[in-house]
Amino acid sequence: MRLEPVAHPSLARRLGYPGGALVATVLLAMALAALAGADPFAVLGQIVVGAVGSKFAALETLNRATPLVFTGLAIAVAFRAKLWNIGAEAQLYAGAIMTVLLGTGALGGPLVLPLSALAAMAAGALVLLGPVVLKVRFGVDEVVTTLLFNFIMILFVGYLLEGPLKDPMGMGWPKSAALIPEARLPRIVDGLRLHWGFGVALIAAVAVWFVQTRTTLGFEMRAVGANPAAARFAGMPVRAVLLKTALISGGLAALGGWSEVAGVKGHLSADLSPGFGYTGIIVAMLAMLHPLGVVVAALFVAGVFVGSDAMSRAAQVPTYIADMLLASALLFMVLALMLARFRVVR
Amino acid sequence: MQELIDILLSASFWAAMVRIASPLIFATLGELICERAGVLNLGIEGIMVIGAFAGWIAVFWGMTLWGGVGVAFLAGATFGVVQGVLVVPLGLSQHVVGLGVTLLASSTAYFAYRLALPEVTSPPRIEPFQVWEVPVLSDIPLIGPSFFAQTPLTYAAFALLGVVAFVLYRTPLGLALRAAGENPAAVEAQGLSVTGLRMGAVIAGSGLMAVGGAFLTLSAFSSFFFEMVNGRGWVCIALVVFGGWRPGKAVLGALLFAGFDALQIRLQQTPVGAMVPYQVFLMMPYVLAITALVVMSRRAQVPAALMVPYNKGER
Repeated sequence: MRLEPVAHPSLARRLGYPGGALVATVLLAMALAALAGADPFAVLGQIVVGAVGSKFAALETLNRATPLVFTGLAIAVAFRAKLWNIGAEAQLYAGAIMTVLLGTGALGGPLVLPLSALAAMAAGALVLLGPVVLKVRFGVDEVVTTLLFNFIMILFVGYLLEGPLKDPMGMGWPKSAALIPEARLPRIVDGLRLHWGFGVALIAAVAVWFVQTRTTLGFEMRAVGANPAAARFAGMPVRAVLLKTALISGGLAALGGWSEVAGVKGHLSADLSPGFGYTGIIVAMLAMLHPLGVVVAALFVAGVFVGSDAMSRAAQVPTYIADMLLASALLFMVLALMLARFRVVR
Repeated sequence: MQELIDILLSASFWAAMVRIASPLIFATLGELICERAGVLNLGIEGIMVIGAFAGWIAVFWGMTLWGGVGVAFLAGATFGVVQGVLVVPLGLSQHVVGLGVTLLASSTAYFAYRLALPEVTSPPRIEPFQVWEVPVLSDIPLIGPSFFAQTPLTYAAFALLGVVAFVLYRTPLGLALRAAGENPAAVEAQGLSVTGLRMGAVIAGSGLMAVGGAFLTLSAFSSFFFEMVNGRGWVCIALVVFGGWRPGKAVLGALLFAGFDALQIRLQQTPVGAMVPYQVFLMMPYVLAITALVVMSRRAQVPAALMVPYNKGER
């Protein structure tokens, strides 16, 4: 058995296989629901209604999608350059730390929000720069180093919350002091729970799309990812491109932390992210690494999470069904994308 | 300083080192087998979770402890099949598939746990493997209680090192396996199947990773907790690099790493250690793993065809 490239994949082929991946995910959802002793069709319906069935649910999905757009973009940018950034979780927390450092009284006035966003991006960029410098300088595989950084960062956050950043009024809870009102992201529409972090996420997606498709740096990033040897031969500074990619990717992930702290929580706690950094990998892959696709994929992934939470309160199906479905969707999708371009022959 | 010497002279420290190293040894050897055949298996973290769960639930439902180890192996091997099919014959990105398998395996374990025990708040305990003192040897001062008063699964981990080293370096199968990771075209020219060898390595290696996870529930903690694997799988990937893809050195690395882990727990309880935030101690193993990668990766003998999919007939 071997693989043969299809010269000109037809539109049906390019849409049919990814569509099949989604159908397979839905079928798996029904099978898991049946396994848990629930009615498969009812469970599907409850997930959809829970995700988009009411104004409250839809806004919740948009809110949940916001950090996923940021981490999804961070990973899409990095993976496109074949930079395996699995440390978006750490970069997100770095951004959250900076937001709290600047937003709890250190700065005041209207500039505190943009300044804390910039500081967050700088911190996230630095966190990813470390492993990438190790990669280009010593050839250390960045998959493992960025992964291990996640664990170091969570412990560091734990230390901060029990030490220097501990809220003196927090009744002993390991959380930081609350942000001052100027440091909070305002709501987009008064009375609705959606904050401006979502708007910033959309702007970021368009900005990344612009950089990737309309600038020299974007072209270099894609070239380095597609074929580093050819990029080097064409005179591209491969190392510098990787370092710049790291700065962008780390900065984007950190904005996710900024938006969660400034838009949703209002303070830092160790449970700020339920794995947004890891879920971002699924978002980026479902989006086929396309920055605008990331927005769509983040909405889909957030919908599955929010819908599954609502469903599992009604039916006896554990909420972990969401993680299972998304991990399977990821595997189905990479398989489908390959099958769309290759033919399996004997 | 005196406290450090006291720790290093206590049998409990050395015993803890060997105990902490045991799950790492299983999983590191499992990963090493995969990588020597040319496949980076990032599913390791999730496969350890499913192994920890499957072994534990099997024993909880009445199987023997060794039966639980077998169930864990089979659960890991099952996810090894998923990983293997996607990256070996189909040649998909080993990074993406590995991370996907980790997410799938760990969420499957959590889903199944909630399905099996919907109402419990604290996980029920099982009767874990008991310490088995090796006759005569365990009577040696310091060394006896350190190394020869362990659970059977620990002895199995060290026996596995012998088996893996023997198979890899002393059998035709091992030669073919290593060649599949270095020069797959040469293996094919010998009339052997690269796909078959790599699939076998990924399936067997994944089974061993799962046994490493099962050590946590069947020998160390006797219950299944969420997040109990806690990055051990990723550490094992670093250990394979640290060991230069050689089983003996990788196990030495696991012991070194475990020794460091056992040391930091004890240092926390000393008067000096109590002044340092405990999170700093908990970070040390991860920092050590990164340092080891930096130091070793410059002169590491990476299998030449690691992460390179093999497509028959393609040049």
